Amino acid sequence: MPKTDLIIHDEKDNVAVVVIDKTSKNQDCNAWIMENDKTINIKSINEIPLGHKIALQDFKAGDTILKYGHDIGKVVSSIKKGDHVHVHNVKTKKW
Amino acid sequence: MSIPKTFKGYKRENGRVGVRNYVIILPVDDISNACAEAVGKNINGTLAIPHSYGRLQFGEDLELFFRTIIGTGKNPNVAAVIVIGIEPKWTKRVVDSIAKTRKPVEGFSIEGHGDITTTMKASKKAQEFVQWASEKQRVECPLSDLWISVKCGESDTTSGLASNPAVGNLMDKLEPLGVNLCFGETSELTGAEKVCATRGKNAEVSKKFMSTWNSYNDFILENATNDLSESQPTAGNIAGGLTTIEEKAFGNLQKIGKKAEFIDVLEPAEEPKKGAGLYFMDTSSAAGECLTLQAAAGYVVHLFPTGQGNIIGNAIEPVIKLTANPKTAATMNEHIDLDVSKILKREMNLNQAGDALINVTVKTANGRLTCAEALGHREFIITKLYRSA
Repeated sequence: MPKTDLIIHDEKDNVAVVVIDKTSKNQDCNAWIMENDKTINIKSINEIPLGHKIALQDFKAGDTILKYGHDIGKVVSSIKKGDHVHVHNVKTKKW
Repeated sequence: MSIPKTFKGYKRENGRVGVRNYVIILPVDDISNACAEAVGKNINGTLAIPHSYGRLQFGEDLELFFRTIIGTGKNPNVAAVIVIGIEPKWTKRVVDSIAKTRKPVEGFSIEGHGDITTTMKASKKAQEFVQWASEKQRVECPLSDLWISVKCGESDTTSGLASNPAVGNLMDKLEPLGVNLCFGETSELTGAEKVCATRGKNAEVSKKFMSTWNSYNDFILENATNDLSESQPTAGNIAGGLTTIEEKAFGNLQKIGKKAEFIDVLEPAEEPKKGAGLYFMDTSSAAGECLTLQAAAGYVVHLFPTGQGNIIGNAIEPVIKLTANPKTAATMNEHIDLDVSKILKREMNLNQAGDALINVTVKTANGRLTCAEALGHREFIITKLYRSA
């Protein structure tokens, strides 16, 4: 089994979680999808630490982030595929 | 790994089973703490539980206060209780309510006597109780006698990936065996509230849940001065990679597993009365408050998944901590009862993690001290709803 760098909860998700100490720039990452046990590859375009999220696609402001197969917030500034997804570019739709 | 079918606990007079054998010295109010703590120091093997409230509270807030104090005394982890209050009337109310369990309980009021006389009288009774309790032996009990509460804290994305689902796996396995289970954290289900509501046993319970969540959410929106940044999610959550309350909520909800349906929605500190199964309790998401309310409802063991490393314990309910964050497991290992970080490397699956957690839970129920107990964590935090009169 190849080393798992990222985990994706659900096939519908558009972000993955880093499960190694950190990804490095231009690292080819192996992502495991928990729900269906498939794996995909994605290039990390930034350094992203353990537990933080990486974009699986390009996003523009107003797009919705899906994790666990559900809406977890809105994009507030555009994000490139492979870049860090966090409080600087995503906000809650609730509070 | 096979799952144990029994544990060894203390059978109480009312049929409930405890996993600890405390004789507690319970103050009714803040100004009785000094006397309660003096008795605790006088008599080895007793535990004083000081707190900050119990004066001039009124209405729903007062009722919650009494439910919390009385429920703490009634918890089967407690063998006997000394109640100390400034005034006789509220002291008697607490004593009479705890006495319904038929466990030994005696009350002392300070007014008209002073701290020194009260300490002396209460210490004599406490000595009698603690020597009586020390003769109690553990007996073999079915797992269905176990009441388990859950709440997570200092969560990060590893909580939603692995440690919370490990708790969920335990629930999927223990709920069919008739174990009584409880989850809470009303505010931290925000974003996942509709999905959570679908886990109600029937339409009535689901509706009750939504009405409870709506009421909490209205209260938060009414009092919020900004977008709750750094409270929900906390700075620790954000450092761990959690971005929004919705993301935190879906991670949180993993604790109830994939199968169990909740059979009732409890008021804070309300004792469940609908038999074995999963209950939702309306609680704050602050760990100290939530655990105190769950212990007051009668839960005897607590499962606490953490990401960044919460260190909480409870006065009377042992708190088992698990983490899937390898950094936390390494840097804070004295706080972690079960390390499930191998799940992230796919060297352990959820089924194995669930079994390991059941084993740690049964060991703890049998008497093994948790990390929080060994480190002296005795948090007892009363939820206060509003200002006193």
